[in-house]
Amino acid sequence: MKARVTVTLKNGVLDPQGKAIANALGSLGIEGVSDVRQGKFIEVELNETDPARARAALERMCKELLANPVIENYRYELGDA
Amino acid sequence: MRASVIVFPGSNCDRDVAVALEAVMGKAPRMVWHGDSKLPDSDLIVLPGGFSYGDYLRSGAMAAHSPVMRAVAAKARQGTAVLGICNGFQVLTEIGLLPGTLMRNASLKFICKDVHVRAARTDTLYAKLYPADRAIRLPIAHKDGNYFADEETLDRLEGEGRVAFRYCGPDAEITPEANPNGSRRNIAGLYDESRRVLGLMPHPERMIEKDLGGSDGRPFFESLINGLQ
Repeated sequence: MKARVTVTLKNGVLDPQGKAIANALGSLGIEGVSDVRQGKFIEVELNETDPARARAALERMCKELLANPVIENYRYELGDA
Repeated sequence: MRASVIVFPGSNCDRDVAVALEAVMGKAPRMVWHGDSKLPDSDLIVLPGGFSYGDYLRSGAMAAHSPVMRAVAAKARQGTAVLGICNGFQVLTEIGLLPGTLMRNASLKFICKDVHVRAARTDTLYAKLYPADRAIRLPIAHKDGNYFADEETLDRLEGEGRVAFRYCGPDAEITPEANPNGSRRNIAGLYDESRRVLGLMPHPERMIEKDLGGSDGRPFFESLINGLQ
């Protein structure tokens, strides 16, 4: 079973990389961008077939390694799509 | 006095800190590989600077989960002195021995230069030999040194006297201009509750001889080694 984990910066945490991307978009002449926030996208292949157990495993990996709870939020989707 | 330096794949200041320790201690520290699950008996454990595990995922994140770190965390909780320099500071926050985190520098640039810091207090194991009101010159070399914690945590840390060093100007004034990387409240180093665990971004081990450009880092190791003997 495949899981897709998205890690994003919490609101209120300054994101200088996002700001630099927003500036670069501006200098490309792309208008109408008011803000950019950069995050991480992680694909995890699980041997687990039971969705409840897979979610429990994902919770643990996000909390203990994939995200830093001081500055980051996480969410994940399960499925083979 | 027994010191151990933990070596991760990608550490690159492990030998520098070993040289500094030996210069002050008169005895070489033990070098301990990250894959070891047992630590030699140590009065001091050093997590050196570098780019452990290539800074994959986040600086210090992988090292925090290496086998030896479980033993280091257990020793720290029992009162063993643990010093994390640069990448070592990042590892200490990732493993939860110190609060907050070290984010990408506000400038997004890797910064390698000498800066001035000031000891926030001089009654600790590490800072006993530093003047309270003067600037110390030490090098920094990092891309992720921007200390971040929420306002409530910062207030608590200041209230508990846990700020160890702050970036300052050559005249010891703590100003926004003297802050090289965007760290909250100019924080360059932080203690745990016991003040025996210290994480700091500047490199005192690179400033122990005049021939190396300065010796302001030497009293740091002298204070530490004298205090532990």
